[in-house]
Amino acid sequence: MPLHRLALACALPLAVAAWPAAAQSSTHGGKLLLTGGVSSIDGAAGGGLTPWALTGGYGTAGEFGGSAFATRVKTRDYGLNDYGAAIAWGDRIELSLAHQDFDTGPVGGALAGALGNPAFNDLRLKQDIVGLKLRVAGDAVLDSDTWMPQLAVGLQYKKAHSGPLADVLAAFGAKDSGTDVYVSATKLFLAQGILVNATLRATKANQNGLLGFGATGHDGYRLQPEFSLAYLFSRTVAAGIEYRSKPDNLRDNTALGAGALDEDDWADLFVAWAPCKNFSLTAAYVDLGKIVPGVVTRRQTGAYLSAQIAF
Amino acid sequence: MTRTLSCLARTLLLGAALAAGGAHAQASDDALYQQLGAQPGLVKLMDDFMLRLLADPRMNPFFKDVDQAHVKAQLVAQFCQVSGGPCRLKGPDMKTAHAGMDINKNNFNALVEVLQQSMDAQGIPFTVQNRLLAKLAPMHRDIVNTP
Repeated sequence: MPLHRLALACALPLAVAAWPAAAQSSTHGGKLLLTGGVSSIDGAAGGGLTPWALTGGYGTAGEFGGSAFATRVKTRDYGLNDYGAAIAWGDRIELSLAHQDFDTGPVGGALAGALGNPAFNDLRLKQDIVGLKLRVAGDAVLDSDTWMPQLAVGLQYKKAHSGPLADVLAAFGAKDSGTDVYVSATKLFLAQGILVNATLRATKANQNGLLGFGATGHDGYRLQPEFSLAYLFSRTVAAGIEYRSKPDNLRDNTALGAGALDEDDWADLFVAWAPCKNFSLTAAYVDLGKIVPGVVTRRQTGAYLSAQIAF
Repeated sequence: MTRTLSCLARTLLLGAALAAGGAHAQASDDALYQQLGAQPGLVKLMDDFMLRLLADPRMNPFFKDVDQAHVKAQLVAQFCQVSGGPCRLKGPDMKTAHAGMDINKNNFNALVEVLQQSMDAQGIPFTVQNRLLAKLAPMHRDIVNTP
């Protein structure tokens, strides 16, 4: 990208963010670069697939911080368009919104054929997510002489819009909404330039909620650990890996054949680049495992690209 | 999937082990002090740092009226001490030294940013910068006195 275009990318969000900045003191945007994380697919500040204990944007005590993002994931057979925003007050509490739109690829056509219902062709599964996160203790960046991480608790209310699949999911015992509850611990080992995050999520979600919440015989909350590990190559570039375990509530469902709806864990390998506080890009290689293996048997590996503006 | 998980677990453990080793294995050597250019390097760094502090609109109010030569000398001694060099900072502790000013975390981070610019200008590698910052960052508990 030519330098003047890059400068524009950094300046434009600044103009957008100018109105809350103007309402603040002149010392706005007090967090260090990249210490607001990036935007996770569910909207909360974090890595790409998992929330971190950091709050979004660059506000410290007495300030608002915020971010907005657009993310595109394309695996071998599926696609996800995802956008949202987060606002944080005082590096303490974060409210986030996200909208996900999942392209089911060959699954829609297979269902249309199997059920004799053309409404399933080009099936898209959508979901809205409202998230709330509270930082309860610690400073992930500055407490570099202790093991104490930054700790946050959060919840994510998810409402699925499944279109013609809604009745099918209901028949499988899956609800169309659910609330995840999580606790995250994030620590930057500053001297080593290594960031570690661990999140424990209680969830009923099938494929993050895109296939509903819970299933016949598997309707309880499951505790699922998620991990991120990143290395800071410079102030503007970090790269690392993530792993997100998931429930497998539909494993006993045989409507599409035994194991047809088995669910795998997710992983990614990412690089994030923040040329300035107002703009960042994250690219990743994702492995979402098999998704609806009764129809599509190959692993869903692919690309993840996310752009974020922040203040 | 089991393979991916075990690979990830190993990588995480490696990261934790690296971090743990780093956190404890730097007690009594002056490697960091030497990497910062020892006394001449620190003097040069602080000359540049003070100019940048005065030029930065966020930091100028805190430094424009101080005895700049004295503050630079104090900072050289302090950075020398925390990086393992042969110096002892004399004078009041951090809390007392900053008690006369209202300093919030925002101000603290702004100073870190100016220091990073200054270290960049001196050609100090990013990894060395982070090792120094890791020694200085915990001082936020004594320096930040305003929410």
